[in-house]
Amino acid sequence: MLLFIALIPLLGALLPLWAGGRRGRDVSVWTTAAVTAASLALLLWLSPVVFDGVVLQANWPWLPQLGLNFTFRLDGLALLFGLLITGIGLLVILYARYYLAERDDLGRFYALLLLFMGAMLGMVLADNLLLLLLFWELTSLSSFLLIGYWHSRADARQGARMALTVTAAGGLALLAGFLLLGHIAGSFELSTVLAAGETVKNHPGYPVMLMLILLGAFTKSAQFPFHFWLPHAMAAPTPVSAYLHSATMVKAGVFLLARLFPVLADTDLWFYLVGGTGLITLLFAAYAALFQHDLKGLLAYSTISHLGLITLLLGLSTPLAVVAGVFHIINHAVFKASLFMAAGIIDHETGCRDMRKLNGLFKYIPWTATLAMTAAAAMAGVPLLNGFLSKEMFFAQTVYQAAAGGEVHWLLPLLATVAGIFSVAYSARFIHDVFFNGEPINLPRLPHEPPPYLRAPVEVLVAICLLVGIAPAYTVGPLLAIAATSVVGGPLPPYSLAIWHGFNLPLLMSSLALIGGALMYWQRRRLFRLGDRYPPPDGKALFERGLNLGIAATRRLTEGLENGSLQRYLALLIGVALVAGVAGAWQGGELTGDQPLPPVDLLSLLAALLLVLTTGLTMLWHRQRLTAIILLGGVGLIVVLAFIRFSSPDLALTQLTVEVVTTVLLLLALRYLPSDALPESMPSRRLRDAGLAILAGIGVAALTWGGLTRPLQPELAEYFLATSLPGGGGANVVNVILVDFRGFDTLGEATVLVIAALGITALLTGGFPLPIRSSPRVVSIEERWPLLLRMGARPLLALTLLLAAYIFLRGHHLPGGGFIAGLMTALALATQYLAGDFRWTTAQLNLDYQRLMGGGLALIGFTGLVSALFGYPFLTSAFTHAHLPIFGDFEIASAMAFDLGVYLVVVGAVMRILLELGQANAEENGWKP
Amino acid sequence: MEALIAGVIGLLTTAGVYLLLRGHTFSVALGLALLSYAVNLFLLAMGRLTLNRPPILGSGQTDYADPVPQALVLTAIVIGFAMTAFLIALALRTRYETGSDQVDGVETTDPAPDP
Repeated sequence: MLLFIALIPLLGALLPLWAGGRRGRDVSVWTTAAVTAASLALLLWLSPVVFDGVVLQANWPWLPQLGLNFTFRLDGLALLFGLLITGIGLLVILYARYYLAERDDLGRFYALLLLFMGAMLGMVLADNLLLLLLFWELTSLSSFLLIGYWHSRADARQGARMALTVTAAGGLALLAGFLLLGHIAGSFELSTVLAAGETVKNHPGYPVMLMLILLGAFTKSAQFPFHFWLPHAMAAPTPVSAYLHSATMVKAGVFLLARLFPVLADTDLWFYLVGGTGLITLLFAAYAALFQHDLKGLLAYSTISHLGLITLLLGLSTPLAVVAGVFHIINHAVFKASLFMAAGIIDHETGCRDMRKLNGLFKYIPWTATLAMTAAAAMAGVPLLNGFLSKEMFFAQTVYQAAAGGEVHWLLPLLATVAGIFSVAYSARFIHDVFFNGEPINLPRLPHEPPPYLRAPVEVLVAICLLVGIAPAYTVGPLLAIAATSVVGGPLPPYSLAIWHGFNLPLLMSSLALIGGALMYWQRRRLFRLGDRYPPPDGKALFERGLNLGIAATRRLTEGLENGSLQRYLALLIGVALVAGVAGAWQGGELTGDQPLPPVDLLSLLAALLLVLTTGLTMLWHRQRLTAIILLGGVGLIVVLAFIRFSSPDLALTQLTVEVVTTVLLLLALRYLPSDALPESMPSRRLRDAGLAILAGIGVAALTWGGLTRPLQPELAEYFLATSLPGGGGANVVNVILVDFRGFDTLGEATVLVIAALGITALLTGGFPLPIRSSPRVVSIEERWPLLLRMGARPLLALTLLLAAYIFLRGHHLPGGGFIAGLMTALALATQYLAGDFRWTTAQLNLDYQRLMGGGLALIGFTGLVSALFGYPFLTSAFTHAHLPIFGDFEIASAMAFDLGVYLVVVGAVMRILLELGQANAEENGWKP
Repeated sequence: MEALIAGVIGLLTTAGVYLLLRGHTFSVALGLALLSYAVNLFLLAMGRLTLNRPPILGSGQTDYADPVPQALVLTAIVIGFAMTAFLIALALRTRYETGSDQVDGVETTDPAPDP
């Protein structure tokens, strides 16, 4: 059931796309709302158990080997966040319907919103660190898309990119931190990790791990110095700001801090890092907020400041500070979402967000103004509103910490009060500047009250502000209690949720903040002048500069490495391989093993000398192309001899046929590649290449020597030799391995062959280079296709085909098989094309080679499927023996059908490749396909 | 015998690498072919050198050459052919597109074909 809470929005994200395209706006609103409501209903349905203190869990294995599982947990904290996400989500969906203009694609917006919602729900419900991270990254991605929703606007794109860069970089740090944490705790399951608090905190890796995880949390929650992305993310449509940048996504960071609180918190390092960052962020952003002229900019900085407050509370680590922190998470989400929505209404109605122009709107939109002012008062911490309560608890905690002494200074309550003053001042600015303070200046249009549905979400949220503010214990009390309990990981100390705690220090601080804030706002002109002279630093410029530096550096590296020269790539590649080989050899060990070695016989020595000669000449004369091809063929033939000498008749047969086909191919290509009679490279370059080549040769020779002088582990060979007859029904073990034991590999290789043939067809279709030299003179038919060749080729075809059939049939027992028979057949066919007129031969043979290889591949797959049909694994073979005159004893096996498939693929592919080149030759002679 | 084979494989590698590093497509194709020989021989050699004992069962012997490297090399030969062919097709297409058979990253056009 838990799985569905997150899954419904993720899958439901497709619905508005479908509905938006076809049905119009209202249908997509209702589907989106229905999907969200379904998740919310599920949460509510499950919530009574959670209120009883039970932690619901669900578990589906995914990649248990990696410790990655679909495990979910619903405890107090997850429930709180789940309700915020779905509840505020519903309101935002309604709001967006009336906020977005007709021309905006509502379906896409809702799809992205649901995607984000599902990711967020998955994150808060995840009971596995890796799963949590997965959803965490998904929120980054979907928020990128949402911020950039108006993708035609440059600021939207830049803002989205910056948000993604910062949060994704944090996500990477978080991944590293999670891996460390999972390693230390011995599991990625949160249930295990949360119980391993002591182990983790005493581990030497704790500081590094903590910093990595905090990097992730701080970037996401826009903590100083990573806060700068949030103001620029205000380019998003206001519903997105209200949802992501007040209630949900930016809370993911503090959620993570709360989630891992039992494991990580309550150390000095945690106190200084988390508390310190929170305090700096709280003060800095509150100060900066005052100087924003953009309505949403003010709200963004105020959000950063409030997030800093929550972080600071979690950093203080006492259970009551946690209660205050969680309480403020709720309150901030409620009043800030409503403020964003109100700002959106003003923007929507006036077309302007500049507070220097927006003045005196109260008389135009009194009802909206009242709502916004109430929410802003909650932000400032005015009594009877929810913000007052959590702020009061915050002040109380700072006083408590100061009184407890220790490392905490009396500075803390003082700074808290200063932050409170700023907070009151910017709230006052929001209220006074926008709704009073004279008349509007040059607004695009004068506002009216918005449609009731646009305002309704604000009304709901402000009502919650009031309800919570007046009767906290009856409204939010139980939820707060279970959420804080699951953060602390144990029973909470007694506390009272009430407005009135008597005259005490926190009340004094609140009053000071209110009065000080009012005074500060009153004296704002002086402050603004100060602010203009010393503007709060903008991280954007720094970020852009860093980004540009990074891009320039990577570009230089890429251009240095990738200059389009194959020579350089190969030289680098071989150089790196050499370095790796030398590094491996450096670690010591004997090169020569202790295997006794047989002496060299004369014949082998002669063959080797011949090979040295032909190879050397190929290298020397590689610019004389025809000679080089012939010499290369010579090298190939000696390799064939080596195969025969070393007991591999199958290889010798294959190499021999391939050698012929390759030579034909190279000869065909010769006409189209210019000869380079001049040596193309500088002597120094040749020297360098020769050095590399010799080193590579020495390396390979040493490797071969080291291998050959050591005894072989015989198990694998013995297994195949022993099971070839009883298991595969063939005496030719190489062939049995190919068509039976490792049939799946062969299927893959046949596929590669087909792909190569098709690739060559694609490459040479419609793009053939001009020949280097056209035929020097007109030749007679007799001269081009000598009679003897023409006449001889035809019976040769029959003979070769017969031989191929023989080689094919005996392949399972004696050297031969589909590969070799296929190559032989291809050769026989190629001879026909060489001996006769291309057009005539094509007409006579009338073979579609593309179909041939396709059929072969299908046959291979089909053989495999048949065995699967009988309940055996894919490509299991079955066989029986038969006897034919002349051919002798051979067996009929399903492997035979397999080998036939291989045969067809080889014939088809080789002919396709040869004809592709040959056809061009023929076309040049006036032949049309 | 082992030293001889090791030396031969080393030489083939040297020749292959040297030709691979030349600046024209045809040389690269030659180099690749030579390197394929080296690799195939190397793979076979890793099954150790066995004289006159092909892995064909029932020929009255009890000791056979290792069939596994042979099976690997057999497909490697065929794939190697496909690779060479693909390389040549690529070379032809490149010459069609750029008018050159150089792979050194310098944009040049070779002299026009003879009339």
